[in-house]
Amino acid sequence: MSLTESQTPESGPVDDLVMRDSMKSGSLAGRPMLMIFGGAVVLGALSWLPFGSVNWARWVMVTLVSYLVLTLVISRVVETPRQATDRFATAVMNTAFLLVLLPLVSVLWTVIERGSNRFDWAFYSQSMRGVIGAGGGGYHAIVGTLIVTVLTAVIAVPFGLFTAIYLVEYAQGGRFSKMVTGLVDVMTGIPSIVAGLFAYALFVLLDGPGHRSGIAGAVALTLLMTPVVVRTSEEMLRLVPNELREASYALGVPRWKTIVKVVLPTAIAGILTGIVLAIARVIGETAPLLVTVGITTDVNKNPFSGRMATLPVFSYNSYKFPTLPPDASIDRAWAAALTLVLIVVILFTIARILSSILKPKGLR
Amino acid sequence: MNLSAPANSRTPDTLNSHDLNEASDPMTDSVSSDVAPSASAEVAIDPNAPVDLPNRIDVSDLHIYYGAFKAVEGVSMTINPQSITALIGPSGCGKSTFLRSLNRMHEVISGAYVEGKVEINGQNLYGPGIDPVAVRRKIGMVFQRPNPFPTMSIADNVLAGKKLNSKRIPKRDAEDLVEKSLRGANLWNEVKDRLDKPGSSLSGGQQQRLCIARAIAVSPDVLLMDEPCSALDPISTLAIEELMLDLKSDYNIVIVTHNMQQAARVSDRTGFFNIEGTGKPGKLIEMDATEKIFSNPAEQATVDYVTGRFG
Repeated sequence: MSLTESQTPESGPVDDLVMRDSMKSGSLAGRPMLMIFGGAVVLGALSWLPFGSVNWARWVMVTLVSYLVLTLVISRVVETPRQATDRFATAVMNTAFLLVLLPLVSVLWTVIERGSNRFDWAFYSQSMRGVIGAGGGGYHAIVGTLIVTVLTAVIAVPFGLFTAIYLVEYAQGGRFSKMVTGLVDVMTGIPSIVAGLFAYALFVLLDGPGHRSGIAGAVALTLLMTPVVVRTSEEMLRLVPNELREASYALGVPRWKTIVKVVLPTAIAGILTGIVLAIARVIGETAPLLVTVGITTDVNKNPFSGRMATLPVFSYNSYKFPTLPPDASIDRAWAAALTLVLIVVILFTIARILSSILKPKGLR
Repeated sequence: MNLSAPANSRTPDTLNSHDLNEASDPMTDSVSSDVAPSASAEVAIDPNAPVDLPNRIDVSDLHIYYGAFKAVEGVSMTINPQSITALIGPSGCGKSTFLRSLNRMHEVISGAYVEGKVEINGQNLYGPGIDPVAVRRKIGMVFQRPNPFPTMSIADNVLAGKKLNSKRIPKRDAEDLVEKSLRGANLWNEVKDRLDKPGSSLSGGQQQRLCIARAIAVSPDVLLMDEPCSALDPISTLAIEELMLDLKSDYNIVIVTHNMQQAARVSDRTGFFNIEGTGKPGKLIEMDATEKIFSNPAEQATVDYVTGRFG
C-alpha cells in the first residue's frame, strides 16, 4: 500500500478508501445463523399445515432443506462470495451430520423403548428352559454370546496382531507382504454367511454332519474379526515413530525386544481400541452363528459340544418363531437386542478407560 | 567466548588422558586444541597421527549402499579416542550415512549394506560372526531429534538400555546408575525431583541431554552424535556442547553437524564430506585438525564450503 502511495500520491487516499471498504462486509456469524436455523425449523413446522397431520420425517426434511436454501441465499446477499461459499459448505456438513445422526438416534430409541419391556432381573437370570409363553429370559443367550465372543477374540487377536507385527516390523514391502495385505483385504470383504458356511463345512469334515458347537461359531467369527484386527493394529504400529525403534536399536536392544517393549507399549492404546471395535463388529453377527452354533433353550457352557444360544440368534429366533401369545416372545427379542447394545457400550467404555490409562503421555 | 570457561575447568581431565598417551610432554596440546588452538601445539603432537589408545576406530575403503544406490564412496579415516571428531559437509553428502555405518545402524534400513572395513581395537565390525546388537552396545548413538521413549519415566528412559535387555538390576544400583548418567549428561540438578515424570515432559534441550544420559548409561566406548543440536535453541546447544567437551575424556565422540561454528568450537579433528552432484556418491574430501580445516585447508572445495561459498 505504501508502495502505491509513493508512486502515485494523488491516488493514495482513494485506494485507502477502496481498501477499507473491501475489507468490510456484513457478517452472519453467531446469532443470525441461529436465527436462520430457527426459521428453517419454523418452515418445517409450517409444512404440517397443508396436510393437517403431524409427520416428523417431513418436518425434519423440510427443515434441513430450507436451512440449506436460506443459508445460501441470505449469505450471498449479506456476506462476500467467499464467506457465502464457506457458510454453505458448513451448512452442508451440518446437514450431513444431522442426517447421519437420525438413524443412530432412531435405532437407539427404538431398542431402548421396546427392549425396556423386559429389562428386568428375570431376563438376566433365567433361560428359556421349559418356558412356553410369557416369562423366561435370555441368560443362556448372554452366556453363549460371551463364551463365543471371548473364544473368537482369543483366536483372532493373536493371529491379527502377529500378522500386523509381521507386516509392519519384519516384511520390508516384499512380494509376500503385498500378498498378505491383499488377502487381508479380501478377507475383510467375505460375507458373514460364507464365513459361517466355511466353519460349518470344516466341522462337518472333522465331526460329521449336523455338527453344532460354540467353537464352530468362534471359528466363523474369527474369519470376520482377524482382518479388522490386522488392519487397525497395522495402522497403529505404523504410527509409532521410527526414531523410537532406532533409539532402541542404538542401545543394543535386539529387534524382538524393541517390538515387545518399545513399539507395542507405545501403540497399545490404539491397538486395544481396534480390538474392541473388531469385537463390536462380530458380536452382533447372526447368520454365521445360526448355521454353526444353532439355538437352544438351555444354558450350555461347554463351547466344544452341542448347540448354544447367542443373543443375536436368540433375538432373531424369538421374533421369527414366536411362542403364543407372540408379545412375550417379541419383548424378549427386543430385550436381547438391548442387551447386545449394552454389551457393546460397556466394551467401548472399558476400551476408552484402558486407552486413556495406557496412552503414552505427550507423544508428538 | 563463553566456551572457554568450561573448557578450562576441564583441564585436569584432559591432562590425565594425555598423560597415558604422551608422557613426555603432558601439557602441550590438550588445552589449546579444545578452544582457540594455537599453532605451537602442532609441533608437539600431530593430531592426524593415530593415537595408540583403546577404542580407536580405523575405517578403510568404506563404500556404503542403499540397495543399488551408492551413497558414500571409498572413505578411509582414523578416529582417535578421547577426542571429538566432527563431520561436516552439505546436505546429502553422506556424512550421516557414514556415521550410522559406524555402529551398524545403517543396515536397519531395508536393502542397505556396506563394503569395506570399520575396525575398532583391530576388530572389523563388518567381519563374519559379528553381532550388530553387540556392536551397538559398544557404540552408542544420539539422534538429531530428541527421542525419549514416551511410555517411560525419566528414570526409566535412562535405564532403558539395561531394562530393555532384561537385565535385572538391584534398585540401589539402578538409582546410582540413573544419578551417575544424569550427572554425566548435566541434567541431574534439573530433573532430580521428578524422575518419575514422563521423559517427554522435558524441554527439547533437556530431552536431548536425557537421550545422551540414556546413551552413556549403557557405558559404550564410542558415542556417535547425528546433528544433536539441530533441533535445539542456542542455550540448549551450548549446554550440549559443554557436555560433549566434558564427555570426551571418557568417550570417543563423533559428531555430524551442519553448524560449522559448532564443529570449530568443539571438535579436535574435522572431516569434510562432499558430493559432486545429485545421484553421485558422497566422498571424504579431506580430514585434518579442526583449526587447519577452518584456516588453511588443503582442498579448494573445503575452502569454498567453510567460507560459506556453497552448502
